[in-house]
Amino acid sequence: MGKILMKGNEAIGAAAIKAGCKYFFGYPITPQNELPEYMSRELPKVGGVFLQAESEVAAINMVYGAAGAGARVMTSSSSPGIALKQEGISYIAGAELPCVIVNIVRGGPGLGGIQPAQSDYYQATRGGGNGDYRHVVYAPATLQETVDLVMEAFDVADMYRIPVMVIGDGMIGQMMEPVEFKEPKKRELPPKDWATDGTKGEREPNIINSLFIDPQELEDHVWKLEKKHELIKQNETRYEEYNLEDAEVVVVAYGTTSRVVKNAIAKCEEEGIKVGLIRPITLWPFPEEAFDKINENAKGVLTVEMSTGQMIDDVKIAVKGKHPVYFHGRTGGMVPDPRDIVAEIKKIAGGEK
Amino acid sequence: MEERVVMAGFGGQGVMSMGQLLTYAGMIENKNVSWLPSYGPEMRGGTANCNVIVSDTPVGSPIVTEATGAIVMNRPSLDKFESEIVQGGNLLINSSLIDRKAEREDINVYYIPANDIAVELGNGKVANMVMLGAYLELTKAVKVESVVEALKKVFGERKAHLIPLNEKALQRGAEMVKK
Repeated sequence: MGKILMKGNEAIGAAAIKAGCKYFFGYPITPQNELPEYMSRELPKVGGVFLQAESEVAAINMVYGAAGAGARVMTSSSSPGIALKQEGISYIAGAELPCVIVNIVRGGPGLGGIQPAQSDYYQATRGGGNGDYRHVVYAPATLQETVDLVMEAFDVADMYRIPVMVIGDGMIGQMMEPVEFKEPKKRELPPKDWATDGTKGEREPNIINSLFIDPQELEDHVWKLEKKHELIKQNETRYEEYNLEDAEVVVVAYGTTSRVVKNAIAKCEEEGIKVGLIRPITLWPFPEEAFDKINENAKGVLTVEMSTGQMIDDVKIAVKGKHPVYFHGRTGGMVPDPRDIVAEIKKIAGGEK
Repeated sequence: MEERVVMAGFGGQGVMSMGQLLTYAGMIENKNVSWLPSYGPEMRGGTANCNVIVSDTPVGSPIVTEATGAIVMNRPSLDKFESEIVQGGNLLINSSLIDRKAEREDINVYYIPANDIAVELGNGKVANMVMLGAYLELTKAVKVESVVEALKKVFGERKAHLIPLNEKALQRGAEMVKK
């Protein structure tokens, strides 16, 4: 199958359906509306169900129910809507259920704006819900990578029985690029023998639950989740690295921002400045190992984000104090300008503090 | 080769579809392409615009910061984007609706009465194609045939009868800037 030109939001929907997603529950919010619109049109054609819920809280609990019954299910929203879904996400993580959640991030806090932002990094990676839980977070930078990761997200969710979030922003959602739908790498997925899909009188009922009143039982459960998290860290951490061996300055950026950074790096290279890049593809697990590859002589690590500085916490943890860490950010829906990033890189390369 | 174009005008002037056609045509030619629309409250009444990149190398940021070209369909778009063009870049002005001249002297400016030409051709809606035709003649970003092929895909059977009109509009636009 050849490449087709698609809008990001629609490409996400198409990728989900290709991955076998049959159910979508959501509530409208800009800038991701083309995604539920696409699902409302296309899911019935494959025998699936699109349902516009009465609220985000209802939508995520419908996802909880469908996931508990063993279905491939997705919801999508944008920042304030994802905030509302956090309670359900915590329950789904607690009950160890697979699902895919798409956040097309907009500026915040509160209702904020509708333009591209990355100010939900904390919400996505620390979890906005309660309790000791984690979920995988993919942050694609191109539409091709978006469709690849959406398809893989369903497999990873099923593999580890965990919610997987795909995070983009209005730019990823609204732009058009050529995409090609390719099968993700084959995984041996465990059977969903835990699903509440009817006993047919042949087995004991399965129970989907996140309530453990006995503290010992809950502790055992939480450590079991944590073991799973460790396994995901080992197996599923993804990142792109560029020129870490001899870079004077290493820039860290993900998603939309990483594309702007690549323009800035190209400009610097024209002027003979060696710049490296670490682009986390998974925000959780964060690719800490990439930072060990930065050469000793690097003058600094520059984090560029569309926020006032959130990923920079993880960057500092990963750098382990070996290099000074700098920050450049725009927020509220403003996208960094490559010329400003070049200026920041030059400042660091020149040794200014 | 990397063309970074801003296309701008009032909502309804066809700037979004003009950009999509260029993007589509680039994809048909196996070039690297991206199309990024402005979205939000400015879509109603104000200027709508899209950024298109057609490149031989992978597209970095889809946001056009140093435009190699701009196609402006109305006055607010000219005011907004004239300063964004790189030295030696192309500025295509729809002189049917824009009553001022460009201020820059370090860029190539072309005045094209796109609406008048479109009306002459019998359909005011193809003003965007007149502008696109001129732009392609100047930059050779993609072949006109690729745009026509893209049109066929976008229009489908039902609107296929509109293709000759669009082709004519592309051609008239090209003639306006032929040296």
